[in-house]
Amino acid sequence: MKIAVTGINNVDNPGPGVPVIRGIRESGNFDGEIIGLIYDALEPGAYMDSIIDNSYIIPYPSGGLDLLFERIKYINEKENIDVIIPTLDAELFGFAKLESKLSELGIKTFLPSTEQLILRGKDKLAAFCEEHDILVPKNILATSQQDIYEISSKYNFPVVVKGIFYDAVIANNLDEVFAAFNSISTKWGLPIVIQEYISGEEYNVCTLGDGLGNTIGAVGMKKLYVTDKGKGWSGVTIDDPVLIDLAKKIMKEIKWKSGAELEFIKEKESNKYYLLEMNPRFPAWVYLTVAAGQNLPYSLVKLALGEEVKNFNKYEVGKIFIRYSWDLITDIKQFENISVNGEMNNE
Amino acid sequence: MNNYLISSNLAISDNGFLFMSSTGETFTVNEIGKHILNEMKNRTDIEKIREKILEEYEVSEQILEKDLNDFLNQLNTYKLVEEI
Amino acid sequence: MNKKNYERPIITKQQSGFMNKFGASTLNLPKTEIDGVNVSDLANEYSSPLFVISEKKIRETQRNALRIFKTRYPKVQFAWSYKTNYLNAVCSVFHQEGSWAEVVSEFEYDRARKLGISGEHIFFNGPHKSDDSLTKAINDGAKIHIDHFDELYQIIELTNKLDKKANVAIRVNLDVGIYPKWDRFGFNYENGEAAQALKRISVTDKLNLIGLHMHIGTYMMSSEAYKIGVSKLVALANDLHQQNGTVLEYIDIGGGFPSNNTLKGQYLPAEQILPTLEQYADAITSSLFELKYPGNELPTLVLETGRALIDDAGSLISKVLATKRLSDGKRALIFDAGVNLLFTSFWYKHTISPAQQTGLYTENSKIFGPLCMNIDCLNENITLPTLKKNDLVVINRVGAYNMTQWMQFITLRPNVVMIMEDQSVELIREGEDLEYIMMKEKLPEKLKKL
Repeated sequence: MKIAVTGINNVDNPGPGVPVIRGIRESGNFDGEIIGLIYDALEPGAYMDSIIDNSYIIPYPSGGLDLLFERIKYINEKENIDVIIPTLDAELFGFAKLESKLSELGIKTFLPSTEQLILRGKDKLAAFCEEHDILVPKNILATSQQDIYEISSKYNFPVVVKGIFYDAVIANNLDEVFAAFNSISTKWGLPIVIQEYISGEEYNVCTLGDGLGNTIGAVGMKKLYVTDKGKGWSGVTIDDPVLIDLAKKIMKEIKWKSGAELEFIKEKESNKYYLLEMNPRFPAWVYLTVAAGQNLPYSLVKLALGEEVKNFNKYEVGKIFIRYSWDLITDIKQFENISVNGEMNNE
Repeated sequence: MNNYLISSNLAISDNGFLFMSSTGETFTVNEIGKHILNEMKNRTDIEKIREKILEEYEVSEQILEKDLNDFLNQLNTYKLVEEI
Repeated sequence: MNKKNYERPIITKQQSGFMNKFGASTLNLPKTEIDGVNVSDLANEYSSPLFVISEKKIRETQRNALRIFKTRYPKVQFAWSYKTNYLNAVCSVFHQEGSWAEVVSEFEYDRARKLGISGEHIFFNGPHKSDDSLTKAINDGAKIHIDHFDELYQIIELTNKLDKKANVAIRVNLDVGIYPKWDRFGFNYENGEAAQALKRISVTDKLNLIGLHMHIGTYMMSSEAYKIGVSKLVALANDLHQQNGTVLEYIDIGGGFPSNNTLKGQYLPAEQILPTLEQYADAITSSLFELKYPGNELPTLVLETGRALIDDAGSLISKVLATKRLSDGKRALIFDAGVNLLFTSFWYKHTISPAQQTGLYTENSKIFGPLCMNIDCLNENITLPTLKKNDLVVINRVGAYNMTQWMQFITLRPNVVMIMEDQSVELIREGEDLEYIMMKEKLPEKLKKL
């Protein structure tokens, strides 16, 4: 069995690849090899020879599907891959479109559809949730400065001004909204999402859906330490059936196929959960779910292979992850191999 | 053509990977680039290298002259060679 | 002894964040043939630069689009958008495939008539329609899409003068939740202007109200926008039916479907993020079925798709004039085709394929055209295999808007050929020469003596 995984860039804003691989390796049922698919010759995962066997550079998603497919075909001829797990946001559209061509090569995937990817986009999610009675912050999609005046009739300040892909700024009055609108729209284009600011604590759920509405597993987590870049650097599993039931409801309504991370805020007055965002893949902290008793990465592999997977009903509460960095030492020869040949053998 | 002395700190791998041990910089070169660098390492005259390439490869004198100058300029910019 | 293939010596510095040997740019596998015809043979015979249009590709694309809509809605009529590409040969292929004509000026109207298209098969759009052109259109029974109130009164006046009925529709602009709102054409839906215009038409006995028209924008990346737009048109049509019993002949949803070209500033290639034509068709037809017409009466769905039907069928063959290195060390290539021929390079990242086998090594390059103007840059940053003087390239997906928006600036416009279905090659527009360009110029007598 050979499984190829992307997103093994374990840098200060790590991709989910390495934790996904740890989950698969520690399932106790996996007896095979892991192939790392990387975008840069210095992605740390490629050098972690204890968990990754061979690594290959693949073209950026912006390079077009034909090039990506040709490259995967080449890698497949050498490696005979059984399953590919892409774990980065920007890749998912491309891999979703290649699904049937990959399957012709005998490579299995377990991915959301293009429609689902569009639905969870920042500009679409709120409407979807309102339709299905899931609380979301009120939001306005502003395509011109004119639209900003709607705020006063809809909700109170402060508001969160968000770019369609990245960036979020808290604005306390109309002037600040205009400033944020201008700066974010020049960077990320339109529309701009202007969201009601909900004050409260943030909670995250890592989950896996089978694509038919059923949730295989879902683990709730509260961040304990956040870096200056806003990334969770440690967190603890928590016990709140309301949170988990809500996650399951969302997965059911959207019929999500694949892993996902749901970001919630628990409003401090009403104690109700509001869905802030849905990330269309496992988060970088997915290994915590493995440690807490729900091996979601390996379950995804089994789903991809068409095997039966039982739902997880519980997990260990009070498990903590603490991320740390580690200086791996290697020889320039390895760097040379991957730079020149685009591939590396970890013997 | 001017002659250049290649830096003794430059390690050239068989696969075209270059490591400049004094600066830590790394480079990649294509097959013919590697060929030229290796000849230079053996202190072959640039003129000789040029003639050899003309013999071995399907290329006109003019094009080779232009490309070779360009390549040597690049090496010079990266401080991998010294003009002598 | 056979000599080895030559590739220019190249050295690349490894830099943080750029250590991917595939580079950040699009696929450029060699393209030595177009529809089975050798690219360098084409360049030898018809010289470079050269626009090449594939008859086969046009027909395939048009048939596929028709099939997609027909399987969802029974009455579908395409109208070829002349401004996208009005070369006679191109229009004729579309007309042979059953498309009518969609024109936006008297010039285009006359072109369509000259090709033998009857008035009833012409949709006459646009904000500028002269008395002369409207007179022709009324006499020919063309379908006139009214853009504003001044035009509405102009048409009423003409029909009275000619004592003839005119077939009209109005163009409606509406908020479909996208930016920018195209509200400069037609009558606005939300503020009631469209309903007002329809009312005015209904009390004028010389005007036959036969349709409604919208065109929500260009390169629309959301199928949802069409759904909203059509749904608003349908609401208007339902009101009309309820009020006066009017049953419209057609609903024209305009064009705007994107082609597979990727826009500048768009990270992911078009093919990955754009909805499929099926998704557009689903969105449009689902709204159409909200019509509350009696019995089985259904209006015809009219589509003025341009870009999406012709872009892929056009290629531009160009020759490398020179290669040079810019002051920052970056590779620059000068092509014999520039922005004068490739207007779309201002907003598209056109893919460029070498027309001969190349080495595996690639370089980040900047592509310039032949004009002695700083703006003549086709691509700021593209990863290409090493190219040398006189190598040929094929610039892909250039069928839409280039052969109508090209400029006769600094140099002349080149030959355009069509590769026919049987792989024969036909010259469909001869390259311009000095005589042709000067034909319309007049030199005052006193300036003749040097």
